[in-house]
Amino acid sequence: MNEVIEKLVLYFEYPFVRYAFVVVVLSALCSSLFGATLVLKRFSFIGDGLSHIAFGAIAIAAVLKLTNETVLVMPVTIVFAVLLLGMGQNTKIKGDAAIAMLSVGSLAVGYLLMNAFSTSSNIAGDVCTTLFGSTSILTISKTDLIVSVVASIIVIIIFFLTYNRIFAVTFDETFAKATGIRADFYNLLIAVVIAIIIVLAMNLVGSLLISALVIFPALSAMRVFGSFKSVIICSAVISVVCAAAGLVVSVLAGTTVGATIVVANIVVFGIFYTAGLVRR
Amino acid sequence: MSLITCRDLSLGYDGRAVVSGLSFSVEKGDYLCIVGENGSGKSTLIKTLLGLLPAVSGEITFGDNLKRFEIGYLPQQTEAQKDFPASVYEIVLSGCLNGCGFRPFYTKEQKKKSTGNMEKLGIADLAKRCYRELSGGQQQRVLLARALCATHRLLLLDEPTAGLDPNASADFYKLVSKLNLDDKITIIMISHDVATALAHASHILHIGNSKSQFFGKTDEYNKSDIGTSYICSCGGKHHERSN
Repeated sequence: MNEVIEKLVLYFEYPFVRYAFVVVVLSALCSSLFGATLVLKRFSFIGDGLSHIAFGAIAIAAVLKLTNETVLVMPVTIVFAVLLLGMGQNTKIKGDAAIAMLSVGSLAVGYLLMNAFSTSSNIAGDVCTTLFGSTSILTISKTDLIVSVVASIIVIIIFFLTYNRIFAVTFDETFAKATGIRADFYNLLIAVVIAIIIVLAMNLVGSLLISALVIFPALSAMRVFGSFKSVIICSAVISVVCAAAGLVVSVLAGTTVGATIVVANIVVFGIFYTAGLVRR
Repeated sequence: MSLITCRDLSLGYDGRAVVSGLSFSVEKGDYLCIVGENGSGKSTLIKTLLGLLPAVSGEITFGDNLKRFEIGYLPQQTEAQKDFPASVYEIVLSGCLNGCGFRPFYTKEQKKKSTGNMEKLGIADLAKRCYRELSGGQQQRVLLARALCATHRLLLLDEPTAGLDPNASADFYKLVSKLNLDDKITIIMISHDVATALAHASHILHIGNSKSQFFGKTDEYNKSDIGTSYICSCGGKHHERSN
Protein backbone atom coordinates (compact mmCIF):
# COMPACT_ATOMS: atom_id res chain seq x y z
CA MET A 1 0.00 0.00 0.00
CA ASN A 2 2.81 2.38 0.93
CA GLU A 3 4.40 1.76 -2.42
CA VAL A 4 1.21 2.76 -4.16
CA ILE A 5 0.97 6.01 -2.22
CA GLU A 6 4.63 6.78 -2.81
CA LYS A 7 4.19 6.22 -6.49
CA LEU A 8 1.17 8.52 -6.57
CA VAL A 9 3.00 11.23 -4.62
CA LEU A 10 5.88 10.95 -7.03
CA TYR A 11 3.59 11.32 -10.02
CA PHE A 12 1.69 14.24 -8.57
CA GLU A 13 4.93 16.14 -8.18
CA TYR A 14 4.94 16.58 -11.94
CA PRO A 15 2.92 19.64 -12.95
CA PHE A 16 1.42 17.91 -16.02
CA VAL A 17 -0.06 15.19 -13.85
CA ARG A 18 -1.68 17.83 -11.65
CA TYR A 19 -2.95 19.65 -14.74
CA ALA A 20 -4.35 16.42 -16.08
CA PHE A 21 -6.09 15.79 -12.80
CA VAL A 22 -7.74 19.23 -12.77
CA VAL A 23 -8.80 18.94 -16.42
CA VAL A 24 -10.18 15.44 -15.94
CA VAL A 25 -12.24 16.39 -12.90
CA LEU A 26 -13.61 19.57 -14.49
CA SER A 27 -14.54 17.94 -17.80
CA ALA A 28 -16.20 15.08 -15.97
CA LEU A 29 -18.21 17.53 -13.90
CA CYS A 30 -19.34 19.58 -16.91
CA SER A 31 -20.26 16.60 -19.02
CA SER A 32 -22.37 15.08 -16.26
CA LEU A 33 -24.38 18.28 -15.64
CA PHE A 34 -26.03 18.18 -19.04
CA GLY A 35 -26.10 14.38 -19.27
CA ALA A 36 -29.52 13.96 -17.69
CA THR A 37 -31.08 16.55 -19.99
CA LEU A 38 -29.52 14.92 -23.02
CA VAL A 39 -30.79 11.48 -22.10
CA LEU A 40 -34.27 12.66 -21.13
CA LYS A 41 -34.73 14.85 -24.19
CA ARG A 42 -33.65 11.90 -26.36
CA PHE A 43 -30.71 13.98 -27.53
CA SER A 44 -28.04 11.34 -26.85
CA PHE A 45 -27.55 10.93 -30.59
CA ILE A 46 -26.41 14.55 -30.82
CA GLY A 47 -23.57 13.87 -28.40
CA ASP A 48 -22.52 10.83 -30.38
CA GLY A 49 -22.78 12.54 -33.75
CA LEU A 50 -20.85 15.57 -32.55
CA SER A 51 -17.93 13.56 -31.26
CA HIS A 52 -17.45 12.03 -34.71
CA ILE A 53 -17.62 15.44 -36.31
CA ALA A 54 -15.05 16.71 -33.83
CA PHE A 55 -12.77 13.86 -34.98
CA GLY A 56 -13.09 15.04 -38.56
CA ALA A 57 -12.32 18.59 -37.46
CA ILE A 58 -9.22 17.45 -35.60
CA ALA A 59 -7.99 15.66 -38.70
CA ILE A 60 -8.41 18.84 -40.72
CA ALA A 61 -6.61 20.83 -38.03
CA ALA A 62 -3.76 18.31 -38.13
CA VAL A 63 -3.52 18.57 -41.91
CA LEU A 64 -3.47 22.36 -41.70
CA LYS A 65 -0.75 21.99 -39.03
CA LEU A 66 -2.56 24.25 -36.58
CA THR A 67 -0.69 24.56 -33.30
CA ASN A 68 -3.89 24.97 -31.32
CA GLU A 69 -6.53 22.59 -32.68
CA THR A 70 -9.31 23.95 -30.46
CA VAL A 71 -9.48 27.16 -32.52
CA LEU A 72 -10.83 25.15 -35.45
CA VAL A 73 -12.48 22.21 -33.71
CA MET A 74 -14.62 24.25 -31.33
CA PRO A 75 -16.42 26.44 -33.90
CA VAL A 76 -16.91 23.55 -36.35
CA THR A 77 -18.44 21.37 -33.65
CA ILE A 78 -20.73 24.17 -32.46
CA VAL A 79 -21.97 24.82 -36.01
CA PHE A 80 -22.76 21.13 -36.47
CA ALA A 81 -24.45 20.99 -33.07
CA VAL A 82 -26.90 23.60 -34.31
CA LEU A 83 -27.40 21.71 -37.60
CA LEU A 84 -27.89 18.34 -35.89
CA LEU A 85 -30.45 19.82 -33.54
CA GLY A 86 -32.43 21.09 -36.50
CA MET A 87 -32.32 17.65 -38.14
CA GLY A 88 -33.14 15.78 -34.94
CA GLN A 89 -36.31 17.76 -34.37
CA ASN A 90 -37.47 16.72 -37.77
CA THR A 91 -39.24 13.66 -36.44
CA LYS A 92 -39.11 11.83 -39.77
CA ILE A 93 -36.56 9.03 -40.12
CA LYS A 94 -34.79 11.23 -42.61
CA GLY A 95 -33.31 13.36 -39.83
CA ASP A 96 -32.08 10.30 -38.01
CA ALA A 97 -30.43 8.90 -41.12
CA ALA A 98 -28.87 12.25 -41.94
CA ILE A 99 -27.18 12.31 -38.56
CA ALA A 100 -25.82 8.80 -39.01
CA MET A 101 -24.57 9.79 -42.45
CA LEU A 102 -22.88 12.92 -41.15
CA SER A 103 -21.13 11.21 -38.26
CA VAL A 104 -19.85 8.22 -40.23
CA GLY A 105 -18.92 10.53 -43.08
CA SER A 106 -16.80 12.76 -40.90
CA LEU A 107 -15.06 9.71 -39.40
CA ALA A 108 -14.15 8.49 -42.87
CA VAL A 109 -13.04 11.89 -44.15
CA GLY A 110 -11.02 12.47 -40.99
CA TYR A 111 -9.22 9.14 -41.27
CA LEU A 112 -8.59 9.65 -44.97
CA LEU A 113 -7.10 13.11 -44.42
CA MET A 114 -4.91 11.91 -41.59
CA ASN A 115 -3.56 9.07 -43.71
CA ALA A 116 -3.07 11.09 -46.85
CA PHE A 117 -1.47 14.22 -45.47
CA SER A 118 0.00 13.41 -42.11
CA THR A 119 3.76 13.83 -41.80
CA SER A 120 3.82 11.89 -38.57
CA SER A 121 5.67 8.58 -38.55
CA ASN A 122 3.02 6.96 -36.39
CA ILE A 123 -0.30 7.54 -38.12
CA ALA A 124 -2.03 4.56 -36.52
CA GLY A 125 -0.99 5.86 -33.11
CA ASP A 126 -2.28 9.34 -33.88
CA VAL A 127 -5.65 8.05 -35.07
CA CYS A 128 -5.94 5.78 -32.08
CA THR A 129 -5.20 8.66 -29.71
CA THR A 130 -7.86 10.85 -31.31
CA LEU A 131 -10.42 8.07 -31.17
CA PHE A 132 -9.73 6.59 -27.75
CA GLY A 133 -7.73 9.27 -25.91
CA SER A 134 -4.10 9.27 -24.93
CA THR A 135 -2.54 5.94 -24.15
CA SER A 136 -0.57 7.06 -21.12
CA ILE A 137 -0.68 10.01 -18.77
CA LEU A 138 -1.67 13.08 -20.66
CA THR A 139 0.60 15.75 -21.93
CA ILE A 140 -1.39 18.79 -21.01
CA SER A 141 0.17 22.22 -21.37
CA LYS A 142 -0.61 25.24 -19.25
CA THR A 143 -2.62 26.77 -22.13
CA ASP A 144 -4.77 23.63 -22.33
CA LEU A 145 -5.32 23.90 -18.60
CA ILE A 146 -6.42 27.54 -18.77
CA VAL A 147 -8.75 26.92 -21.73
CA SER A 148 -10.32 24.00 -19.92
CA VAL A 149 -10.77 25.85 -16.63
CA VAL A 150 -12.34 28.90 -18.29
CA ALA A 151 -14.68 26.85 -20.47
CA SER A 152 -15.72 24.69 -17.52
CA ILE A 153 -16.53 27.72 -15.40
CA ILE A 154 -18.63 29.16 -18.22
CA VAL A 155 -20.50 25.88 -18.64
CA ILE A 156 -21.16 25.59 -14.91
CA ILE A 157 -22.42 29.20 -14.66
CA ILE A 158 -24.71 28.71 -17.68
CA PHE A 159 -26.08 25.57 -16.09
CA PHE A 160 -26.86 27.20 -12.76
CA LEU A 161 -28.50 30.26 -14.29
CA THR A 162 -30.70 28.28 -16.66
CA TYR A 163 -31.32 25.27 -14.43
CA ASN A 164 -35.03 25.92 -13.82
CA ARG A 165 -35.73 26.65 -17.47
CA ILE A 166 -33.76 23.65 -18.67
CA PHE A 167 -35.83 21.51 -16.33
CA ALA A 168 -39.07 22.97 -17.69
CA VAL A 169 -38.01 22.52 -21.32
CA THR A 170 -36.79 18.98 -20.65
CA PHE A 171 -39.89 17.84 -18.80
CA ASP A 172 -42.53 19.38 -21.04
CA GLU A 173 -41.57 21.45 -24.03
CA THR A 174 -45.15 22.22 -25.08
CA PHE A 175 -46.14 23.53 -21.67
CA ALA A 176 -42.91 25.53 -21.45
CA LYS A 177 -43.64 27.14 -24.81
CA ALA A 178 -47.22 27.86 -23.81
CA THR A 179 -46.04 29.70 -20.71
CA GLY A 180 -43.71 31.87 -22.75
CA ILE A 181 -40.36 30.11 -22.38
CA ARG A 182 -38.37 30.24 -25.60
CA ALA A 183 -37.90 26.50 -25.77
CA ASP A 184 -36.10 26.63 -29.13
CA PHE A 185 -33.50 28.97 -27.67
CA TYR A 186 -32.86 26.64 -24.75
CA ASN A 187 -32.60 23.63 -27.07
CA LEU A 188 -30.01 25.55 -29.02
CA LEU A 189 -28.18 26.50 -25.84
CA ILE A 190 -28.10 22.87 -24.74
CA ALA A 191 -26.70 21.77 -28.11
CA VAL A 192 -24.01 24.46 -28.10
CA VAL A 193 -22.95 23.69 -24.53
CA ILE A 194 -22.78 19.99 -25.37
CA ALA A 195 -20.50 20.84 -28.30
CA ILE A 196 -18.20 22.79 -25.97
CA ILE A 197 -18.14 19.95 -23.45
CA ILE A 198 -17.34 17.38 -26.11
CA VAL A 199 -14.42 19.35 -27.48
CA LEU A 200 -13.16 19.93 -23.95
CA ALA A 201 -13.28 16.34 -22.85
CA MET A 202 -12.18 14.81 -26.12
CA ASN A 203 -8.45 15.13 -25.49
CA LEU A 204 -9.05 13.06 -22.42
CA VAL A 205 -11.11 10.11 -23.49
CA GLY A 206 -11.05 10.44 -27.26
CA SER A 207 -13.92 11.05 -29.63
CA LEU A 208 -15.40 7.55 -29.59
CA LEU A 209 -15.64 7.38 -25.83
CA ILE A 210 -16.80 10.89 -24.96
CA SER A 211 -20.51 10.06 -25.15
CA ALA A 212 -19.97 7.59 -22.33
CA LEU A 213 -18.80 10.40 -20.09
CA VAL A 214 -21.96 12.36 -20.85
CA ILE A 215 -24.63 9.68 -20.56
CA PHE A 216 -23.35 7.01 -18.15
CA PRO A 217 -23.43 9.07 -14.92
CA ALA A 218 -26.93 10.35 -15.71
CA LEU A 219 -28.24 6.86 -16.53
CA SER A 220 -26.76 5.48 -13.31
CA ALA A 221 -28.25 8.26 -11.18
CA MET A 222 -31.67 7.86 -12.83
CA ARG A 223 -31.81 4.21 -11.73
CA VAL A 224 -31.89 5.23 -8.08
CA PHE A 225 -33.02 8.83 -7.64
CA GLY A 226 -36.49 10.24 -8.20
CA SER A 227 -36.04 14.00 -8.37
CA PHE A 228 -34.32 16.00 -11.08
CA LYS A 229 -32.08 17.83 -8.62
CA SER A 230 -30.88 14.67 -6.91
CA VAL A 231 -30.25 13.03 -10.30
CA ILE A 232 -28.07 15.97 -11.35
CA ILE A 233 -26.13 16.07 -8.07
CA CYS A 234 -25.67 12.31 -8.04
CA SER A 235 -24.50 12.15 -11.64
CA ALA A 236 -22.01 14.96 -10.99
CA VAL A 237 -20.61 13.04 -8.01
CA ILE A 238 -20.48 9.75 -9.93
CA SER A 239 -18.79 11.41 -12.87
CA VAL A 240 -16.12 13.17 -10.80
CA VAL A 241 -15.40 10.11 -8.64
CA CYS A 242 -15.17 7.81 -11.67
CA ALA A 243 -12.91 10.24 -13.52
CA ALA A 244 -10.59 10.72 -10.56
CA ALA A 245 -10.49 7.01 -9.78
CA GLY A 246 -9.96 6.18 -13.46
CA LEU A 247 -7.07 8.60 -13.70
CA VAL A 248 -5.38 7.29 -10.55
CA VAL A 249 -5.76 3.69 -11.70
CA SER A 250 -4.43 4.51 -15.13
CA VAL A 251 -1.40 6.21 -13.57
CA LEU A 252 -0.67 3.27 -11.29
CA ALA A 253 -1.46 0.44 -13.65
CA GLY A 254 -0.35 2.17 -16.81
CA THR A 255 -3.69 1.67 -18.55
CA THR A 256 -5.17 4.16 -21.00
CA VAL A 257 -6.90 7.06 -19.28
CA GLY A 258 -10.09 7.31 -21.34
CA ALA A 259 -10.96 3.63 -21.39
CA THR A 260 -10.24 3.28 -17.68
CA ILE A 261 -12.61 6.13 -16.83
CA VAL A 262 -15.34 4.66 -19.01
CA VAL A 263 -14.89 1.22 -17.42
CA ALA A 264 -15.21 2.85 -13.99
CA ASN A 265 -18.50 4.38 -15.18
CA ILE A 266 -19.72 1.01 -16.43
CA VAL A 267 -18.97 -0.57 -13.05
CA VAL A 268 -20.87 2.19 -11.25
CA PHE A 269 -23.80 1.78 -13.65
CA GLY A 270 -23.91 -1.93 -12.80
CA ILE A 271 -24.00 -1.13 -9.08
CA PHE A 272 -26.72 1.50 -9.45
CA TYR A 273 -28.76 -0.69 -11.76
CA THR A 274 -28.78 -3.44 -9.15
CA ALA A 275 -29.55 -0.93 -6.40
CA GLY A 276 -32.47 0.36 -8.47
CA LEU A 277 -33.88 -3.16 -8.87
CA VAL A 278 -33.61 -3.81 -5.15
CA ARG A 279 -35.28 -0.49 -4.33
CA ARG A 280 -38.38 -1.18 -6.38
CA MET B 1 -65.82 42.03 -22.19
CA SER B 2 -65.22 38.42 -23.20
CA LEU B 3 -62.06 36.70 -22.06
CA ILE B 4 -61.45 35.21 -25.48
CA THR B 5 -63.24 36.06 -28.72
CA CYS B 6 -62.63 34.19 -31.97
CA ARG B 7 -64.04 35.48 -35.23
CA ASP B 8 -64.23 33.40 -38.40
CA LEU B 9 -61.16 31.45 -37.42
CA SER B 10 -59.44 28.98 -39.75
CA LEU B 11 -56.96 26.61 -38.20
CA GLY B 12 -54.42 24.25 -39.60
CA TYR B 13 -50.82 23.50 -40.35
CA ASP B 14 -48.55 25.16 -42.93
CA GLY B 15 -51.35 27.43 -44.13
CA ARG B 16 -53.66 24.51 -44.95
CA ALA B 17 -56.87 24.74 -42.97
CA VAL B 18 -58.22 21.77 -41.01
CA VAL B 19 -61.19 23.71 -39.64
CA SER B 20 -62.66 26.95 -40.89
CA GLY B 21 -65.42 29.37 -40.04
CA LEU B 22 -65.00 28.99 -36.30
CA SER B 23 -66.61 31.76 -34.23
CA PHE B 24 -67.12 31.64 -30.49
CA SER B 25 -66.44 33.57 -27.32
CA VAL B 26 -65.57 32.61 -23.78
CA GLU B 27 -66.77 34.70 -20.85
CA LYS B 28 -65.23 34.84 -17.43
CA GLY B 29 -66.35 31.84 -15.37
CA ASP B 30 -67.49 29.75 -18.35
CA TYR B 31 -66.86 26.03 -18.59
CA LEU B 32 -66.48 25.34 -22.29
CA CYS B 33 -66.18 21.82 -23.61
CA ILE B 34 -64.85 21.22 -27.09
CA VAL B 35 -66.21 18.04 -28.66
CA GLY B 36 -65.98 16.50 -32.10
CA GLU B 37 -64.66 13.51 -34.02
CA ASN B 38 -61.00 12.56 -33.87
CA GLY B 39 -58.96 14.66 -36.26
CA SER B 40 -61.59 17.40 -36.40
CA GLY B 41 -59.09 19.98 -35.15
CA LYS B 42 -59.74 20.17 -31.40
CA SER B 43 -56.09 20.00 -30.39
CA THR B 44 -55.22 22.37 -33.23
CA LEU B 45 -57.62 24.91 -31.73
CA ILE B 46 -55.98 24.60 -28.30
CA LYS B 47 -52.51 25.00 -29.82
CA THR B 48 -53.65 28.09 -31.69
CA LEU B 49 -55.21 29.59 -28.57
CA LEU B 50 -51.91 29.03 -26.76
CA GLY B 51 -50.00 30.74 -29.53
CA LEU B 52 -48.04 27.60 -30.43
CA LEU B 53 -49.50 27.67 -33.93
CA PRO B 54 -50.44 30.69 -36.03
CA ALA B 55 -54.07 30.85 -37.17
CA VAL B 56 -54.52 30.38 -40.93
CA SER B 57 -57.00 33.25 -41.01
CA GLY B 58 -59.45 35.05 -38.75
CA GLU B 59 -58.70 36.62 -35.42
CA ILE B 60 -58.42 35.78 -31.75
CA THR B 61 -58.73 38.61 -29.24
CA PHE B 62 -57.94 38.36 -25.57
CA GLY B 63 -60.10 40.64 -23.47
CA ASP B 64 -60.40 41.58 -19.83
CA ASN B 65 -56.67 42.23 -19.61
CA LEU B 66 -55.80 38.56 -20.09
CA LYS B 67 -52.15 38.26 -20.96
CA ARG B 68 -50.82 35.83 -23.52
CA PHE B 69 -48.86 33.69 -21.02
CA GLU B 70 -51.51 33.81 -18.32
CA ILE B 71 -53.10 30.60 -19.55
CA GLY B 72 -52.74 27.40 -17.57
CA TYR B 73 -52.31 24.49 -19.96
CA LEU B 74 -52.68 20.80 -19.26
CA PRO B 75 -51.24 18.98 -22.27
CA GLN B 76 -51.64 15.34 -23.15
CA GLN B 77 -48.89 13.33 -21.53
CA THR B 78 -45.86 12.44 -23.59
CA GLU B 79 -44.09 9.10 -23.64
CA ALA B 80 -40.89 10.62 -22.21
CA GLN B 81 -42.66 11.90 -19.11
CA LYS B 82 -43.67 8.44 -17.99
CA ASP B 83 -40.06 7.66 -17.11
CA PHE B 84 -38.96 11.10 -15.98
CA PRO B 85 -37.08 11.45 -12.72
CA ALA B 86 -38.67 14.54 -11.17
CA SER B 87 -40.34 15.17 -7.85
CA VAL B 88 -43.92 16.41 -7.73
CA TYR B 89 -42.80 19.67 -6.16
CA GLU B 90 -40.25 20.35 -8.92
CA ILE B 91 -42.91 19.86 -11.59
CA VAL B 92 -45.54 22.02 -9.89
CA LEU B 93 -43.00 24.78 -9.25
CA SER B 94 -42.02 24.82 -12.94
CA GLY B 95 -45.50 26.24 -13.67
CA CYS B 96 -44.38 29.48 -12.00
CA LEU B 97 -41.71 30.18 -14.62
CA ASN B 98 -43.92 32.55 -16.61
CA GLY B 99 -43.81 34.93 -13.64
CA CYS B 100 -40.02 34.90 -13.46
CA GLY B 101 -39.12 37.31 -16.25
CA PHE B 102 -35.34 37.30 -16.47
CA ARG B 103 -34.85 36.11 -12.91
CA PRO B 104 -33.11 32.73 -12.98
CA PHE B 105 -34.55 31.43 -9.69
CA TYR B 106 -37.94 31.18 -7.99
CA THR B 107 -39.08 33.61 -5.31
CA LYS B 108 -40.47 32.69 -1.91
CA GLU B 109 -43.98 33.71 -2.98
CA GLN B 110 -43.82 31.40 -5.97
CA LYS B 111 -42.76 28.51 -3.76
CA LYS B 112 -45.63 29.32 -1.40
CA LYS B 113 -48.04 29.44 -4.33
CA SER B 114 -46.90 25.99 -5.49
CA THR B 115 -47.36 24.51 -2.04
CA GLY B 116 -50.79 26.17 -1.82
CA ASN B 117 -51.88 24.69 -5.14
CA MET B 118 -50.69 21.22 -4.13
CA GLU B 119 -52.75 21.49 -0.95
CA LYS B 120 -55.78 22.66 -2.90
CA LEU B 121 -55.62 19.59 -5.15
CA GLY B 122 -54.87 17.19 -2.31
CA ILE B 123 -51.38 16.19 -3.41
CA ALA B 124 -49.36 18.03 -0.74
CA ASP B 125 -48.31 14.73 0.81
CA LEU B 126 -46.87 13.59 -2.53
CA ALA B 127 -44.56 16.63 -2.85
CA LYS B 128 -41.33 14.65 -2.53
CA ARG B 129 -42.52 11.59 -4.44
CA CYS B 130 -41.22 10.78 -7.88
CA TYR B 131 -43.64 11.63 -10.67
CA ARG B 132 -43.13 8.36 -12.58
CA GLU B 133 -44.17 6.31 -9.53
CA LEU B 134 -47.60 7.96 -9.23
CA SER B 135 -50.92 6.64 -10.56
CA GLY B 136 -52.43 8.20 -13.67
CA GLY B 137 -54.96 10.19 -11.64
CA GLN B 138 -52.28 11.55 -9.34
CA GLN B 139 -50.12 12.51 -12.30
CA GLN B 140 -52.98 14.50 -13.81
CA ARG B 141 -53.46 16.32 -10.51
CA VAL B 142 -49.78 17.21 -10.48
CA LEU B 143 -50.05 18.67 -13.99
CA LEU B 144 -53.22 20.50 -12.97
CA ALA B 145 -51.41 22.02 -9.98
CA ARG B 146 -48.63 23.11 -12.33
CA ALA B 147 -51.17 24.72 -14.67
CA LEU B 148 -52.70 26.54 -11.71
CA CYS B 149 -49.29 27.99 -10.90
CA ALA B 150 -49.22 29.52 -14.36
CA THR B 151 -52.69 31.06 -14.11
CA HIS B 152 -55.45 31.97 -11.76
CA ARG B 153 -57.93 32.75 -14.51
CA LEU B 154 -58.01 30.37 -17.45
CA LEU B 155 -57.27 26.65 -17.77
CA LEU B 156 -56.93 24.80 -21.07
CA LEU B 157 -57.21 21.05 -20.74
CA ASP B 158 -56.49 18.63 -23.59
CA GLU B 159 -58.27 15.30 -22.98
CA PRO B 160 -57.27 15.28 -19.32
CA THR B 161 -58.93 11.97 -18.51
CA ALA B 162 -57.52 9.94 -21.40
CA GLY B 163 -56.11 6.73 -19.99
CA LEU B 164 -57.60 7.18 -16.52
CA ASP B 165 -59.86 4.57 -14.94
CA PRO B 166 -63.52 5.62 -14.41
CA ASN B 167 -63.07 6.45 -10.73
CA ALA B 168 -60.01 8.59 -11.32
CA SER B 169 -61.71 10.44 -14.17
CA ALA B 170 -64.82 11.11 -12.08
CA ASP B 171 -62.59 12.54 -9.35
CA PHE B 172 -60.75 14.65 -11.85
CA TYR B 173 -63.95 16.09 -13.35
CA LYS B 174 -65.17 16.90 -9.85
CA LEU B 175 -61.95 18.74 -9.13
CA VAL B 176 -62.17 20.79 -12.31
CA SER B 177 -65.81 21.71 -11.59
CA LYS B 178 -64.80 22.81 -8.11
CA LEU B 179 -62.09 25.08 -9.51
CA ASN B 180 -64.64 26.50 -11.93
CA LEU B 181 -67.35 27.14 -9.32
CA ASP B 182 -65.33 28.03 -6.20
CA ASP B 183 -62.32 29.80 -7.66
CA LYS B 184 -64.12 31.24 -10.71
CA ILE B 185 -61.48 29.85 -13.03
CA THR B 186 -62.58 29.75 -16.64
CA ILE B 187 -62.22 26.26 -18.17
CA ILE B 188 -61.75 25.23 -21.76
CA MET B 189 -61.57 21.47 -22.11
CA ILE B 190 -61.30 18.99 -24.94
CA SER B 191 -63.15 15.84 -24.14
CA HIS B 192 -63.84 12.57 -25.90
CA ASP B 193 -66.23 11.66 -23.11
CA VAL B 194 -69.36 13.49 -24.26
CA ALA B 195 -71.69 12.32 -21.50
CA THR B 196 -69.48 13.72 -18.77
CA ALA B 197 -68.74 16.82 -20.76
CA LEU B 198 -72.45 17.56 -21.00
CA ALA B 199 -72.90 16.97 -17.30
CA HIS B 200 -70.29 19.55 -16.30
CA ALA B 201 -69.90 22.15 -19.03
CA SER B 202 -71.83 25.39 -19.29
CA HIS B 203 -71.07 25.76 -23.01
CA ILE B 204 -70.29 23.37 -25.84
CA LEU B 205 -68.25 23.94 -28.96
CA HIS B 206 -68.74 21.17 -31.51
CA ILE B 207 -66.12 21.11 -34.24
CA GLY B 208 -66.71 19.19 -37.42
CA ASN B 209 -66.83 19.98 -41.11
CA SER B 210 -68.25 23.41 -41.93
CA LYS B 211 -71.87 22.24 -41.83
CA SER B 212 -71.75 20.53 -38.48
CA GLN B 213 -70.47 23.17 -36.15
CA PHE B 214 -72.16 24.31 -33.00
CA PHE B 215 -71.46 26.82 -30.29
CA GLY B 216 -73.85 27.60 -27.46
CA LYS B 217 -75.15 26.66 -24.04
CA THR B 218 -75.11 23.01 -23.07
CA ASP B 219 -78.92 22.63 -22.89
CA GLU B 220 -79.27 24.16 -26.37
CA TYR B 221 -76.73 21.64 -27.64
CA ASN B 222 -78.77 18.81 -26.15
CA LYS B 223 -81.75 19.93 -28.21
CA SER B 224 -79.87 20.69 -31.43
CA ASP B 225 -79.67 18.26 -34.37
CA ILE B 226 -75.89 18.09 -34.26
CA GLY B 227 -75.99 17.46 -30.55
CA THR B 228 -78.55 14.68 -30.58
CA SER B 229 -76.96 12.79 -33.44
CA TYR B 230 -73.44 13.11 -31.97
CA ILE B 231 -74.56 12.05 -28.50
CA CYS B 232 -76.27 9.01 -30.02
CA SER B 233 -73.22 7.97 -32.01
CA CYS B 234 -70.92 8.42 -29.02
CA GLY B 235 -73.31 6.67 -26.70
CA GLY B 236 -73.20 3.71 -29.09
CA LYS B 237 -69.41 3.71 -29.13
CA HIS B 238 -69.28 4.02 -25.40
CA HIS B 239 -71.44 0.97 -25.07
CA GLU B 240 -69.21 -1.07 -27.36
CA ARG B 241 -66.14 -0.12 -25.38
CA SER B 242 -67.63 -1.22 -22.11
CA ASN B 243 -68.33 -4.68 -23.48
